[in-house]
Amino acid sequence: MASVPEKLQMQHLAWRAGFGEPLPEVLKWTHKRRKAVVHNLLSGPEKAVLKPVTVIDASQLPDYRKMKNMSGEARKQVRQMNTQGVKDLNIAWVQTMIRSNYPLREKMALFWHGHFACRTQNVIFNQQLLQVIREHALGNFGDLLGAVSKTPAMLGFLNNQQNRKRHPNENFAREVMELFTMGRGHYTEQDVKEAARAFTGWGFDQGGQFVFREKIHDDGEKTVLGKTGRFNGDDMLQILLEQRQTARFITAKIYRYFVDDVNTDEARVNRLADRFYQSGYDISSLMRDIFMADWFYDHAHIGNRIKPPVELLVGLRRTIPMEFEQEAMMLLFQGVLGQQLFYPPNVAGWPGGRNWIDSSSLMFRLRLPQVILYSQELQARPKEITPEMGEGQRYKMTLQLNNTLRKLYARRVNARINWQPYIDTYRDIPRERLAAEIAGALLVKNAGADKPLLDKYADASTRDNYIKTVTIDVMSTPEYQLC
Amino acid sequence: MLILNRRRFLQVGSLASAAAMMPRFLKAFEKGNLVPPGNKVLVVIQLSGGNDGLNTVIPYRNDIYYKMRPVLGIKREAALSLTDEMGLHPSLQGLKTLYDDGAMGILNNVGYPNPDRSHFRSMDIWHSASDSRDYWSTGWIGRYLDAQCKGCDKPTQALEIDDTLSLAMKGEFNKGLAFVDPHRLYNVSNEAYFKALVRAHAPQEHAHQNVDYLYKTMAETISSASYIQQQFKTYQSKETYPRTPLGRNMKVIAELIMSDINTRVYYVSHGSFDTHVAQQGQQERLFRQLDEAVTAFVKDLKANNRFQDVVVMTFSEFGRRVGQNASGGTDHGTANNMFLLGGGLTRQGLLNEGPDLANLQEGDLQYKVDFKSVYATLLNKWLAADDKAILQQQYGHLDFI
Repeated sequence: MASVPEKLQMQHLAWRAGFGEPLPEVLKWTHKRRKAVVHNLLSGPEKAVLKPVTVIDASQLPDYRKMKNMSGEARKQVRQMNTQGVKDLNIAWVQTMIRSNYPLREKMALFWHGHFACRTQNVIFNQQLLQVIREHALGNFGDLLGAVSKTPAMLGFLNNQQNRKRHPNENFAREVMELFTMGRGHYTEQDVKEAARAFTGWGFDQGGQFVFREKIHDDGEKTVLGKTGRFNGDDMLQILLEQRQTARFITAKIYRYFVDDVNTDEARVNRLADRFYQSGYDISSLMRDIFMADWFYDHAHIGNRIKPPVELLVGLRRTIPMEFEQEAMMLLFQGVLGQQLFYPPNVAGWPGGRNWIDSSSLMFRLRLPQVILYSQELQARPKEITPEMGEGQRYKMTLQLNNTLRKLYARRVNARINWQPYIDTYRDIPRERLAAEIAGALLVKNAGADKPLLDKYADASTRDNYIKTVTIDVMSTPEYQLC
Repeated sequence: MLILNRRRFLQVGSLASAAAMMPRFLKAFEKGNLVPPGNKVLVVIQLSGGNDGLNTVIPYRNDIYYKMRPVLGIKREAALSLTDEMGLHPSLQGLKTLYDDGAMGILNNVGYPNPDRSHFRSMDIWHSASDSRDYWSTGWIGRYLDAQCKGCDKPTQALEIDDTLSLAMKGEFNKGLAFVDPHRLYNVSNEAYFKALVRAHAPQEHAHQNVDYLYKTMAETISSASYIQQQFKTYQSKETYPRTPLGRNMKVIAELIMSDINTRVYYVSHGSFDTHVAQQGQQERLFRQLDEAVTAFVKDLKANNRFQDVVVMTFSEFGRRVGQNASGGTDHGTANNMFLLGGGLTRQGLLNEGPDLANLQEGDLQYKVDFKSVYATLLNKWLAADDKAILQQQYGHLDFI
């Protein structure tokens, strides 16, 4: 693909394998071989240890076994710790994405966060699941699947706690097959029933640890996907991984997320899936295959992906460092743009693509840079999250979350913007080329924001003001929504 | 009056297609009535959080009801009597009047197979009109837009009065528009810079590339915002609406209905009805707000001779359990009732039998009417749309319209 300039190729890669990179970084990449750049993205910086995103220690929350005997006041405290915790976890993860020097891991984790969609009010459970997902984000899919399937968050959310020998609950087995591995149409209702039997006994204790409760496990013979045996849950996952369809389903979903969500090139996805399967589900190899492929840098893919709201926010904050007076604003932004972390719309996760865009969400996106960088009021509130009826009265926690967002909605968005490092990247650019350089750095493809237009709306009083206002205007374009 | 409206016409003419507006506009004038009749409108009021249907339409002759709700059960004397068997919640006095006037239909036992008791999942099912085993990323009104609005001039056929758009309003190719205040929508979208961007971008007939899709959405939003604001200015309600969010939203809807706007569906939410604790006070308050807002709305429509062109539908993601809980509330249940209000109903009153409390399933009511049948009826008979294509299945039609 010689026709796509090297700089554009690397910008494309920086956005697809992360949250975009500043121009100087992109330019550095253009002097390296693709293989080296991709290798660095995949393995991260040397000695990059995985630092857990932690907002609370399990010991800080009380033993849930004693919850029943707790006083009203004590329960209220637990609720508040959970509500605050899930909020803090959201903010902490976003911060991690912004500051990470290993962005592909966070990006991949964000993908799995949608794939293994889950809702729980328990902050510890959320924290555990997030850690599992980040740990295995670029590892082995089989390990990831196994670990996720054993988190209290997922077991609870998909009712496997109620899956007993005498009273099977199929929810967990069904979603594992439909959403996590094979996709619909590749198994029968009978397969689901049999798989559910294999998962009986998988649960968790009050301390948030996976337990296998042998007494309620159905250890009889099962026939599922053409195999017969006295399968348990681990066997069941193994059988699912043996299905080529699982590799194909996961690869197609990754292709849609990282390459093209409008047109899926079947032949290409099949080739990728075969290699993924042969690698024993090595996620890094699959991503390497994608980022190394010439077709990945095809004009048709560049700038044709709608950034999910969280990527938009993180990208903006990675470009221009800023500190919000109230970081909870991130939740408000996520809410009005339609992607609140830890609150996927349903088990199938965020549909993505053009589903992100409607008149109001697009106008919020276009206004967002101004709202943040000119300290305006957002004047919008997200739809309320209806609390679920958990054990006890945990639904009150969500009410508290709604209240927080309601209070934020009419507030001026105050952030301390650190413009200097950003402005410095344009130090050597002559004034008349600034507009084009800024647009070229922030957009992978530019369709409408040309120099005359940007000049017309820019504040040209000083060089710095010019850079700032042109930047804000470039970020307020439809093109900036794309990568 | 004439000059004022003449000016409006010219203004709209410069923004929208003047030719398209003229005949209706003139016709309206001949009748001495600014608002031309005819455009059938559906207003959806979502009761968020799971409204307790059994305390909405009360089966006050049923012993099981009082047995399972020793504290929460509403006494026969307190309920607003509809029939020998059933009464309305005491806060719904305005609706009772509508019932007496033959402008209200009550559909009992509405639900769907394999009900889900999670708010967000069940709401998803009601919005997408999918089977409870399916996950659809489009909504039933959105797909109505897809079916009706191929090549539509302005995507204002479905409007939601809220800051963000509900799944119900999202189609695959067309989406409704959400706003709270038409003026703010106009100010935000008609910023000079945004308009300049749209002008600079060559319009694409077929938005294959996402960038074209975004520019198309942006251009439509800007032009719709202008159109809505222009229309919105033409009628100012003389009716007094309650100063509640729902009251304000219903006023916006009424003012739009009374204008020449091409909107067919309005969507608004009210809540939260999630009454696990201390249900009585909360439901009373929310019903009072609902009752006052709807009463003012209906009065407004009647004064403008539009009530026969409007159907209001209420729904909630689920009803609540038959038995009360230990906190003076009720927990998540299944089947529920729906209200249908309008001057053009062909059947009114109680449209079917009340809930069968003797035949519960694990303490929950069993549904008798699939809510998709209600959608199918409204789509087909009221909005003249292809309900089978939109709902992707043929559901039976009901006879309330």
